Amino acid sequence: MPALCRSCLATFDAGARCPACRSPRIVAHPELFDLTIAHMDCDAFYASVEKRDDPTLATRPVIVGGGRRGVVSTACYVARIRGVHSAMPMFQALKLCPDAVVIAPRGAHYAAVSKQIRALMDDLTPSVEPLSLDEAFLDMTGTARLHGRPPAVMLAGLLKRMEDELGLTGSIGLSHNKFLAKVASDLDKPRGFSVIGKAETAEFLRDKPVGLIWGVGAAMRASLERAGIRTFTDLLRWDKTDLTARFGAMGERLWHLARGEDHRRVSAHHPVKSISNETTFFEDTADPDLLDGHLWRLSEKVSDRAKAKGIAGRIVTLKLKRADFRSLTRRISLPDTTQSADRIYRTARALFDRAAGEGPFRLIGVGLSDLTSDAGADLSADLLDPDAAKRLASERATDAIRARFGKDAILKGRAMR
Amino acid sequence: MKISIERASLLKAVGQAQSVVERRNTIPILANVLIEAEGSNVSFRATDLDIEVVDRVPAMVERAGATTVSAVTLHEIVRKLPDGALVVLADDGASGRLTVEAGRSNFSLATLPREDFPVMASSEYSANFSAPAPVLRRLFDKSKFAISTEETRYYLNGVYMHVAEAEGGKVLRCVATDGHRLARVDADLPAGAEGLPGVIVPRKTVGELRKLLDDDEAQIAVSVSETKVRFATPEITLTSKVIDGTFPDYGRVIPTGNTKKMEVDAREFAQAVDRVATVSSERSRAVKLVLSEDKLILSVNAPDAGAAEEELAVAYGDEPIEIGFNAKYLLEIASQVDRENAVFLFDTSGQPVVMREGNDTSAIYVVMPMRV
Repeated sequence: MPALCRSCLATFDAGARCPACRSPRIVAHPELFDLTIAHMDCDAFYASVEKRDDPTLATRPVIVGGGRRGVVSTACYVARIRGVHSAMPMFQALKLCPDAVVIAPRGAHYAAVSKQIRALMDDLTPSVEPLSLDEAFLDMTGTARLHGRPPAVMLAGLLKRMEDELGLTGSIGLSHNKFLAKVASDLDKPRGFSVIGKAETAEFLRDKPVGLIWGVGAAMRASLERAGIRTFTDLLRWDKTDLTARFGAMGERLWHLARGEDHRRVSAHHPVKSISNETTFFEDTADPDLLDGHLWRLSEKVSDRAKAKGIAGRIVTLKLKRADFRSLTRRISLPDTTQSADRIYRTARALFDRAAGEGPFRLIGVGLSDLTSDAGADLSADLLDPDAAKRLASERATDAIRARFGKDAILKGRAMR
Repeated sequence: MKISIERASLLKAVGQAQSVVERRNTIPILANVLIEAEGSNVSFRATDLDIEVVDRVPAMVERAGATTVSAVTLHEIVRKLPDGALVVLADDGASGRLTVEAGRSNFSLATLPREDFPVMASSEYSANFSAPAPVLRRLFDKSKFAISTEETRYYLNGVYMHVAEAEGGKVLRCVATDGHRLARVDADLPAGAEGLPGVIVPRKTVGELRKLLDDDEAQIAVSVSETKVRFATPEITLTSKVIDGTFPDYGRVIPTGNTKKMEVDAREFAQAVDRVATVSSERSRAVKLVLSEDKLILSVNAPDAGAAEEELAVAYGDEPIEIGFNAKYLLEIASQVDRENAVFLFDTSGQPVVMREGNDTSAIYVVMPMRV
């Protein structure tokens, strides 16, 4: 069986240790040198960066996350052993792990480190699809001839370079499509290298829960459960038309995934699907003035980002999280696309007015989606709101002043609340 | 209950019922149609709590009674039965099933008790009048395209029906707008409509009402209160809540000082707009109109897709003007014109435009321009 040494990258025929360097870190699989789709996932990325930068943290539990009322972004493996996981409310995490070192996330720094990792991946293939700062798909098809070595060797080399050059560890999943590659990278974390071959796909998936599928969250899981679908075997019993009739486009995707098929391509250029900003409060609040101020600032941020990218959207979303952590999401489709802070704010505000009674809230967020280029945005005026044109003109003037004199050169009174 | 009924009349009644019931419903009884048999009539009643429709159909009633079944299922069954079939609907009261028999087909459907079926509270109507179907058809058909779908301005999600003062006296008027275009259509005021309170008839009701208006000879009995509106033919009664809100003062936004007049064959104009708009795939396609003496140039310029231009002969004698519009809006108002030329009245390129048919001011349309 083809095998590979993860320490010295030697290839050989299976054995317990590497014949060249005697290392026991071996990957062996019948299809090892034939598979080309990989998923790389950094191990506890934010926490690992913090530990690398401050060696005194090495053996202590580290939680990266926002403040007393925030949630855990990343917990290091020491904290994970104690039951802390990402997206857990901070107070809960601290209950489990009172001696944890809590560090506020340093977004810009992580982004810079992520760029370094990206550069290493770019050496392997032009087809890198980042999913976030710390994970990406790599399509290595056809690169064996370029590198003179099969994808598996290059990927093992990538992990080695990440450790040697950047002091960070990651895990690789190697398979024949994106779905399985992503599943594989999670099998052997941290510092993992897992392979799911074509021959064993059906057997591998058989008793796995459908929650394994990326995009099947709690709500989808519940509706699948109502249909009696818990595992991949349950899914296999359904035919395509029934699944599609019941679950729409997702149903068809499920049918394919149940058979280990995933036809999505690794694409380096993923268009932005939505822009959103949110903020969590120090204290739960129902104060309409305060919330209104936040709505305006968030709308303005979303608008600024849309303007910077030259895009506009048709759907405005308002997100609220209540004190009991229940989320409310409300959205509205506009008749045309917008990138104007004024329109985003007014739309979000109308949504908020209808949901305000549900307060107090711990989080508020504004989003813009169904995005296209801004060529046709905010062009048609409103018969019933003759002032809208004036507000839009003043927003354009404000943007021009800010472009010249800086962001704080001119502010709305509303933004001061 | 046991009744025999002709398939065609059953299909029509159940068809109307199933379009009223709410599809995505969490209250099971609201998915059902209430069937009541008495004397020589069967009535089919359906509601979504905002609209209620009752259709009375002559039938052979062997045994009087009432029950409720899924409107959508019954409609699907009846639709698939052969034309001309005689359908027998029967329930024995005990089994909780309704059997549907036609020829050799036999169905048994789950029912829910009639007592659970919500009946819309009756109300006092402050105005009652009668109008010929073609008059109502024109009022609603010519205005409904402008109804807004924007949920934030819910008071625009319908047609505002009210009494208004026009040049020749009082009229029955329907107005709809979504802020980008506006339609205002007038008809002679029917006797008895003087005291009509202005009401916003919801979009769904307008759609259901349309099914009552196909017969040119029909007289429609209209009843209106502050909260409800009712349209009735001898067979069908459609009752609906009206939108609880204030329709904006539309009079303010209809320009009165537009003097630059362009006259154009509406069909030719619409076809030209449609042709040039083809090159752009954007949802809000902007068409530029460049007007000079007796000449109109329509153009679309979509940087990523291409460009198109077309010239049309028009009657225009004012100073040249350039103005842009959403292609869809232009097409929709141009298609309202069916007898004479379309007359457009412009002011400046930033100001709304008025369109009417010839010199007829009983139906006018306003469109907001787009920056191009």
